[in-house]
Amino acid sequence: MSKFKKKKSGDLPAISTASLPDIVFMLLFFFMVATVMRENTLMIQNSLPVADQIEKLDKKNPISYIYAGKPSRGYEKFGTEARLQLNDKFADVNEITAFVNAERAALREELIPFLTISLKVDRDANMGIVGDIKQELRKVNALKINYTTGKGDALTNIN
Amino acid sequence: MAKRSAPEVNAGSMADIAFLLLIFFLVTTTIEKDSGINRKLPPMEDSEEDVIIKQKNIFTVLINGKDQLLVEDDLMEVKDLRKAAMEFLDNNGDGSCNFCRGKKDPSSSDNPDKAIISLKNERETSYAAYISVQNELVGAYNELRNRRALEIGGSKGFPNMNFVEMQSNYKDARFTGNKTKLKEVIDQIKVEYPLKLSEVQ
Repeated sequence: MSKFKKKKSGDLPAISTASLPDIVFMLLFFFMVATVMRENTLMIQNSLPVADQIEKLDKKNPISYIYAGKPSRGYEKFGTEARLQLNDKFADVNEITAFVNAERAALREELIPFLTISLKVDRDANMGIVGDIKQELRKVNALKINYTTGKGDALTNIN
Repeated sequence: MAKRSAPEVNAGSMADIAFLLLIFFLVTTTIEKDSGINRKLPPMEDSEEDVIIKQKNIFTVLINGKDQLLVEDDLMEVKDLRKAAMEFLDNNGDGSCNFCRGKKDPSSSDNPDKAIISLKNERETSYAAYISVQNELVGAYNELRNRRALEIGGSKGFPNMNFVEMQSNYKDARFTGNKTKLKEVIDQIKVEYPLKLSEVQ
């Protein structure tokens, strides 16, 4: 009967950690692929409103971003009203003309009419600044715009 | 001399290195939002010509500084806006639109081609409220176009496909159907229910 006697060893067998690097690498690759490096360092609050009648921005066409929102923490000296951010710095509304022209200059000529301006505006900003931006964009004839939003029920924006 | 085997490299710290990289990417990752409501701004016009539009063909939507919604001078909730806009667009007052299902109310819009939605806002209006209203108005157009797409799509070879799907299929490189035909259908619907949404300052 001693054949069937269980081997008694008191301690648990060690779990092999040899596959741990594999698991971590898997996660690593996922994040590496999914990561888009931020082009601009945002100095403003930028939580976008949500909407459900949205279209995807066509990545084939050139896109320029205009950000607007309240200056975030650390930048309080720029005021508490919503401000405009172009590239990496706060800007005035009348700098949009120069910004759009610079964006256009960087493009191939045949793509210029397809330039879309994506407006990333904070949900708490008021329409005054958005209206000013739109007016400036009309002046430089950059008419294709996109109100960039998250996906969700639009009725939850107002509460 | 006997063959010497190469000493084994200790791979124990590989996980640490991988973790380091992982944490770096975790921290820097932002999943960018890249969708939204596409609009086209009206060009700056020099001409002073005033186009005369009948009052009944204009659907005024005003969002005031307190984010209250005024539709044709009456207070309204945002959730009722889509239905009201659809009724206005689809009204078909002069009977020239043979696919509309509206009430043919003579005091409302003549036909979808003439109907214009005018969206006004004040400087103090919040952007979130504005986007909600924009969304509802675009939603009204999309619903009418979807309905039309389901009506005519079958005879053109695109059954059970609504307008939004048609548009995304048209952009999709993997779509196997006939794209030139699809474009025709999309353009036809766009002509039948033109998006005439003016944003006034």
